[in-house]
Amino acid sequence: MFENLTERLSRTVQQLRGKGRLTEDGVRDTLREIRIALLEADVALPVVQSFIQGVREKALGQEFLKSLTPGQAMVKLVHDELVQIMGVQNEALDLRAQAPVPILLAGLQGSGKTTTTAKLARLLIEQEKKRVMVVSCDVYRPAAIEQLKTLADQVGAIFQPSTAGQKPADIAKNALRAARQQMCDVLLVDTAGRLHVDEEMMAEIRQIHAVISPHETLFVVDAMTGQDAANTAAAFNQALDLTGIVLTKTDGDARGGAALSVRQITGKPVKFLGSGEKTDALQPFHPERVASRILGMGDVLSLVEEVHRKVDQKKAEKLVRKMRRGSGFDLDDFRSQMEQMQNMGGLGGLMDKLPGMSNLPDNVKAQVENHQTRQMIAIINSMTPQERRFPDVIRGSRKKRIARGSGTQIQAVNRLLKQHGQMQKMMKKMGKGGMARMMKKMGKLQGQLPPGGFPGGGAGGKMPF
Amino acid sequence: MLRIFRKNKKKPGEVQDVQLRPAEQSGQDLLEKRLEDTRRQLGKRLGALLSNRSAIDDELLEEIETALITSDIGVQAALEITGNLQAAISNKVITQAKQVLPAVQAELYELIEPCEQFLHIDEAHRPFVILMVGVNGAGKTTTIGKLAQRYKEEGLSVMLAAGDTFRAAAVEQLKSWGDRNDVPVIAQGSGADSAAVVFDALQSAKARKIDVLIADTAGRLHTQANLMEELKKVHRVMGKLDATAPHEIMLVVDAGTGQNALNQAREFNKAIGLTGITVTKLDGTAKGGVLFGIAHELGIPIRFIGVGEAAKDLRPFDAGSFVNAILPID
Repeated sequence: MFENLTERLSRTVQQLRGKGRLTEDGVRDTLREIRIALLEADVALPVVQSFIQGVREKALGQEFLKSLTPGQAMVKLVHDELVQIMGVQNEALDLRAQAPVPILLAGLQGSGKTTTTAKLARLLIEQEKKRVMVVSCDVYRPAAIEQLKTLADQVGAIFQPSTAGQKPADIAKNALRAARQQMCDVLLVDTAGRLHVDEEMMAEIRQIHAVISPHETLFVVDAMTGQDAANTAAAFNQALDLTGIVLTKTDGDARGGAALSVRQITGKPVKFLGSGEKTDALQPFHPERVASRILGMGDVLSLVEEVHRKVDQKKAEKLVRKMRRGSGFDLDDFRSQMEQMQNMGGLGGLMDKLPGMSNLPDNVKAQVENHQTRQMIAIINSMTPQERRFPDVIRGSRKKRIARGSGTQIQAVNRLLKQHGQMQKMMKKMGKGGMARMMKKMGKLQGQLPPGGFPGGGAGGKMPF
Repeated sequence: MLRIFRKNKKKPGEVQDVQLRPAEQSGQDLLEKRLEDTRRQLGKRLGALLSNRSAIDDELLEEIETALITSDIGVQAALEITGNLQAAISNKVITQAKQVLPAVQAELYELIEPCEQFLHIDEAHRPFVILMVGVNGAGKTTTIGKLAQRYKEEGLSVMLAAGDTFRAAAVEQLKSWGDRNDVPVIAQGSGADSAAVVFDALQSAKARKIDVLIADTAGRLHTQANLMEELKKVHRVMGKLDATAPHEIMLVVDAGTGQNALNQAREFNKAIGLTGITVTKLDGTAKGGVLFGIAHELGIPIRFIGVGEAAKDLRPFDAGSFVNAILPID
């Protein structure tokens, strides 16, 4: 997401680089370009207007016009203005209330409420160690309750049954009681999708809201939404007094303008991004980083955090210990490294967050990650443990067998062995103090990364491809 | 990508009966009236601008540009249209304020009218196979339910194929629609191969001499290469039983979608070749202006628009009233 907007804005701003002072005309042209870029990214018109107004006022100030590096100054201005709209830092869910903390999810049809409910439940269970109950108040869409039940089973949440014959407000009230009895920490209340112009339905959700008085009321909105985001966000915010926003389907190629619109119009923070079909594809939203990403600076911090979360710490430590001892980086290590990378959404997911990588077409990324990595893992799987430990024993007939076993060609086996050889060399270098240096660099990037929690090839080192 | 939901094979459960939304119970009239109101507001505003003066001024042009942009028509298209308008004014082709709106309307109408092509169920093909595709949450399953009722009421025999084997309870959702309309639904457990379900359904529809077979598929973002491949497979497999099937490949688009809908249409079209579009959720304040872009670039026929919860609210696309909703003349 955000790539197209990124491209457009950085192109506009780049035109300013290398120029001397900015004239008022220059500012006006740049602002026109930015206006078009934002509108093309589906930012709602009123939001664009106030954004441009904000930048214009500052850009025409004396300080700015005197700046000798107008490109840089403009980047900073746009960046600051974006940050100002998006909010400064991530705002987490506020769970500081008497348990069970009720959380209400609302939104239009098909925005992704039920999937988000499941993802949120999983996040609270796994990362916050909460006891979570979910309940569905959708008595209209066929099999909506069934859908939540299936998902609840998958993520290990307690499912509070409801039936389509009940009144939504009663379902919510009963669920709150049940959650209290079953000592749950959090109650997630999923609701039916509704149009903001449907007064009866809006009255219904106000009633649910009144009955459970949720501590958090999240508005779930599709990242692909266009100009209408302005109308719906305003209407829901007025009806429900939202506390936060969840932006869904951000893994597509939408330009993400809805994030800006909804944030600006409701004044409420975007708390999470939904970014995939798996139930763990829900990330806390970091506005500052997104603003940088929009301007093409990459989201390295998110990357570091993701690596930290998904890399199996034990395996990583084992690898580091092994390397410290000076023993080799064998094919088993190579494989576990590739598997860990796949866990992080593969190379495609990583590249997305690196500066300048946004221009690669998605299908190229997908091919890189799926085909190559899977093939390499298959090749290693076809080896005996001895071969994995001592790759040097792999000669002609063994290669033939391995190629057959993994359904590949001998050339692919050769390629893998060669890559592994290179990796091994690199690892050796790092073993002799290089690793420590690299960790230090990473540590600066983010203070909380523990020493040794980073396998060489994960993100900082050379990719194995 | 691993898709963990798919591993969870599960027998389809019991179908739940659901409640009608208040708008369905009370008939559609109330909701429709409210919609009229929101649309008329824009018409009034434009009308007021016109009645106060006979000369054309910037305020009027700006108001038109705003109306176009907020309809999701796309900023380039909006600028082009207002640019043409300005040219026509300076060339004295348009001299009076009251000529402005009709001129823009005509331009919009011309753009989208070629796409007003009703979906004709060709009796030469039996079953006539409709494959529904689209991104997550566009409204595929609901549209299928409404289509099933529509064709059933026309006296055709209808069968549904539960090709969305991925999303939890999607099979049950479709079965519920089938039960409501007394239409058979061919399904396997969730986690089954979508192509296999569709193949099964086509075989069975042929055997039972069904008139219309509507196949559901899982929602997928058009950027996911693997899932687009899966869709091609569904298409291929059908061809083994009937070389002409599917006879309609219908993209379902949410009217609230912005410029991304153009990418969706482009990518789905590239993958399996679309023959029709249905626009859902036009009963809110979303205008679906991005359809102009799709019409301009791809020219895919627009078959139906969804303007409400009830089955009768799935209406054949009408270019004239669509344009009038975007730029109303009061």
